Amino acid sequence: MSFFDDFIIRAFIAGLAVACASAPLGCLVTWRRMAYFGDAIAHASLLGIALSFLLDINMSIAILAITCVIAICLADMGARGFASDTLLGVFAHSGLAIGIVASSFLSGRQVDLMSYLLGDILAIGLSDLLVIWGGVAAILALIIWRWNRLLLVTISHDLAKAESVHPQFENRIFMISLAILVAISIKIVGILLIAALLIIPPVTARTFAHSPEFMALLAGGISVFCLISGIYFSIQFDTPTGASIICLASLCFLISSTFRLTRHP
Amino acid sequence: MNAPIASRQGTVLVDVKQVSLSANSRRIIDDINVEITKGEIVTIVGPNGAGKSTLLKSIIGIVQPDSGQIWRKQKLTIGYVPQKLHIDQHLPLSVQRFLNLASCDDANWAQTSIDNCGVTSLLDRQVSTLSGGEFQRVLLCRALFNKPDMLIMDEPTQGLDHLGTISFYQQVITLRDQLGCAIVMVSHELHVVMSESDRVICLNGHICCQGTPQQVANNPEYLAMFGQEAAGMMAIYRHEHDHHHEHHSGDHHEH
Repeated sequence: MSFFDDFIIRAFIAGLAVACASAPLGCLVTWRRMAYFGDAIAHASLLGIALSFLLDINMSIAILAITCVIAICLADMGARGFASDTLLGVFAHSGLAIGIVASSFLSGRQVDLMSYLLGDILAIGLSDLLVIWGGVAAILALIIWRWNRLLLVTISHDLAKAESVHPQFENRIFMISLAILVAISIKIVGILLIAALLIIPPVTARTFAHSPEFMALLAGGISVFCLISGIYFSIQFDTPTGASIICLASLCFLISSTFRLTRHP
Repeated sequence: MNAPIASRQGTVLVDVKQVSLSANSRRIIDDINVEITKGEIVTIVGPNGAGKSTLLKSIIGIVQPDSGQIWRKQKLTIGYVPQKLHIDQHLPLSVQRFLNLASCDDANWAQTSIDNCGVTSLLDRQVSTLSGGEFQRVLLCRALFNKPDMLIMDEPTQGLDHLGTISFYQQVITLRDQLGCAIVMVSHELHVVMSESDRVICLNGHICCQGTPQQVANNPEYLAMFGQEAAGMMAIYRHEHDHHHEHHSGDHHEH
């Protein structure tokens, strides 16, 4: 087990796990145009930190509980047509602001919110690894199990209903998966950039994909590359991890866009 | 909900009773009573905003009525061909993959449907590159996969020219004969209402009139809705249509 004593190894393994889950989920987020939902869940998850101070409960549990509750609320709001971009923006940023202020009141001492906002791979312990891999396993199981139905609902609610597939139910499964991903990604990539991790690899992969499955796999490959290299870069040059990962992702996107532009003049 | 009377229970697929639906404080459909039985072809006509799509969606179960009841036969399989479908530009989807999303137990039937709908040449194409008419054929093919008891089509001939429309209707009749399914169609254009329809329903929020195409063509409510020329248009179409079916001994109309 000494292999896992090195925090660098733990960080890589955690990054690999998050990449595997964020790719297919990110594809669904992109296809369903739900980037703002992902952002709202991520920002408002800071309320979980305040909650853990308030109730003196385990931080990871508090965050996961909050993200799940927020995800279900947003799913239901969306089903009723109340989840416009603006409303989600209000929700996301209010949640973040309230979380920051509440944390500063409740913690007594100044808690390092930056580690939550930007990621903190130094803090990934062995138990965190288990939680992350557990979360990833749950996400992949859910997404793969419901993949075809989720695709159908994405393409058309009406067609789905005509074929006895229930959009609200599938949407809830999707949102719960998103909530779990946000909870497990905070230490790797940070709250502010989780949405970026969700959408940049899929959009990059789009240029080269002709099927949804290939796009998810390719996005997975791109995510793994960005996460591993980004973690390595941030350790070497002592830069914030999340931002380093996303910088690499942006670079990949730039390259893929060049391909796309030269392909369709 | 009371089922239809026992003697016809075997043949009635959907029974719509006094159904009304409002949205945004506007009554879209009002006090609709209609029965769909096995094997019949029903065409719904009406002006824009008449609630035709809403009625279709109520029959399928996509929207719930505010009042009234809809009885459906147990385990009714429905094939739905919607009016339009937009695929997000970020979703790469081939026609083959799109068809695979529909369950089909019978591989032979799937292949037959693909061939009959003229989709064989389209299988490797990306859905976003299809023309309106091509996509319509794919949607129809997909709707047929689970051998539906009832095929519901919302303005299926919208992107087609006159000849395309005629061949489409021939295909629809063949399907009804092969599958024994009921066919419920919304048609926006009057002159393409099939003379083969068993029933035409004129809808304008409420049902103005319904009956055989001949009956409806002469009905004052229908004429009031669409104007006097409308009667002539139906006659013209039927006259042309007679040339394509030897068995169809229709009258020739003076025009």
